[in-house]
Amino acid sequence: MEQSQIPIGMLIQKAVKIRTHILEMVAEAKSGHPGGSLSAVEILVSLYFHKMRVDPKRPDWPDRDRFVLSKGHAAPVLFATLAEKGFIPTSELKTLRKLNSNLQGHPDLRVPGVEFPGGSLGIGLSAAIGMALAGKLDRRDSRVYALLGDGELDEGETWEAAMAAPKFKLDNLTAIVDRNGIQQDGLTEQIMPKEPVGYKWRAFNWHVLEVDGFDFRQIIDALDKAENMRNRPTVIIAHTVKGKGVSFMEWDPAYHGKAPDKDTVRKLVETMR
Amino acid sequence: MRDALAEAILELGTKDRRIVVLGADTSVSIKTSLFGERFPERFFNVGIAESNMIGIASGLALAGKIPVVSTYSAFVPGKCLDQIRNAVAYPNLNVKIVSSHGGLTVGPDGASHQTIEDVAVMRAIPHMHVVIPADAPSARELILKAASTPGPFYMRLSRPNVATVHESTADLEIGKAALLRDGSDVTIVACGIMLSEAMIAAENLSQEGISAEIIDCHTVKPLDNATLGKSAAKTGAVITAEEHNIIGGLGGAVAEALSESRPVRIERVGVRDTFGESGEHSELLVKYGLTSREIAKAARRLVRGQSA
Ligand SMILES: Cc1ncc(C[n+]2csc(CCOP(=O)(O)OP(=O)(O)O)c2C)c(N)n1
Ligand SMILES: [Mg+2]
Repeated sequence: MEQSQIPIGMLIQKAVKIRTHILEMVAEAKSGHPGGSLSAVEILVSLYFHKMRVDPKRPDWPDRDRFVLSKGHAAPVLFATLAEKGFIPTSELKTLRKLNSNLQGHPDLRVPGVEFPGGSLGIGLSAAIGMALAGKLDRRDSRVYALLGDGELDEGETWEAAMAAPKFKLDNLTAIVDRNGIQQDGLTEQIMPKEPVGYKWRAFNWHVLEVDGFDFRQIIDALDKAENMRNRPTVIIAHTVKGKGVSFMEWDPAYHGKAPDKDTVRKLVETMR
Repeated sequence: MRDALAEAILELGTKDRRIVVLGADTSVSIKTSLFGERFPERFFNVGIAESNMIGIASGLALAGKIPVVSTYSAFVPGKCLDQIRNAVAYPNLNVKIVSSHGGLTVGPDGASHQTIEDVAVMRAIPHMHVVIPADAPSARELILKAASTPGPFYMRLSRPNVATVHESTADLEIGKAALLRDGSDVTIVACGIMLSEAMIAAENLSQEGISAEIIDCHTVKPLDNATLGKSAAKTGAVITAEEHNIIGGLGGAVAEALSESRPVRIERVGVRDTFGESGEHSELLVKYGLTSREIAKAARRLVRGQSA
């Protein structure tokens, strides 16, 4: 698609709405993971509002593209995006993490549009490979996307999967790494150094692209390049900021898994709208 | 309970230079990072890599160290059962696994983070000790005792502040069930946070003229058959209560043992073979039947034959 045709204004607007939902959801739930939800907003908006072929009226459509949120603790950004896309009512978002709600602390298949129950880190890329293999077997031209945390790269299984996808020539698979530099205990390079991240994937025979994870044009351009690549899976390393959009959360590891209170969120949301 | 873990490992680390502590990117939350601040050269945060953590612990133990490894129960044993089985339990190594946030107590995080099968899994591994403390003071004591008992341990802690049921803890011993309340009509064998529920149930039952004996079976393996058998012989009815699936955990262990040594009627209070869900901890205990009320109902059924 020509870059000029990308509806950037609409995407920006969606991102604002989804950020607002995320903050309101975790404040209402009094728990959850805002940091890694906020860093991934533009990535999910690019996928769901530009790139992916999905139909909220037919969540089970066999030819749909699939999105695996491997870093399942970022469930708020997924649920908020699914709501904006029309899979679930936005009114349901305030039930996040409450007893008897469909919106569990981590993604659950009972929510229409959720493709994988992430929560235990490290499994999602393997599952995405399975979906991509099935897509090839069934000769569908649907694509599979998996979003990984950068802390999640510590898990050995991620690299088992990273070794397998090029073997199976999965050009219908795109992994995206949310490179926000923070995991739970602190900065990624202090807890478990990961650099050079791009070289690692390249050494595993992936097609590697790096983007500014808040720049829609760069993200979409990379997603297009991934789609045009033949016989190799692509990984997009998206450089982001944990807690993006809320000054006191940005770069603060404490907001990995801590909810801001409702009053603070009310004031924040006024300034965002 | 997290404070108990931090306190115990700090004390151990001061006394014994062989103590090393391993974490997997959850050490701030479970406070083992305090050990890291005090003894930075003996603290290893391996990142989000639980199987690597257990493998490294195996090597440390083979080289004479006493590793205390700790993260959330959902991921140890969940993520690294093979490493535990082959690299720790089979060679009978001195590795102390202390998992935190066991059972349903992680509440809002939901089923992916709630462990209801860990005790069953760990109990079936030869050499492994399985310990589930009831409260913070006993957790501290049992961690200290586990550290001085050779061999592999799995200790499961829960997250929220639980009521204290042990007035003194000095007498607690690994492998020895502790009598918390004397009774004659029914025996309640519990572990972990279900002890405080059992205490409330026993109080309420006594108003109705039912005398309940309470046993803290903190060590699920090796099971204290003698104490359990004696109590079962006295009361003739046993209830087990645990924050775990009724399959394979404390209930399973007690039923297996008593059916061979002293068959009596048994009711198991626990999660009824279903995954948990998001919710406040206290709401979940009610929804999944882990309350003093459920224990008392079971007691009435056993003692009076009521279906109440
Ligand atoms: C296997 C496993 N171990 C530990 C955790 C606990 N945990 C949840 S999020 C997290 C840190 C994730 O960091 P990262 O992948 O960088 O995610 P992001 O920064 O995007 O939120 C940890 C350790 C988990 N969910 N799964
Ligand atoms: Mg991160």
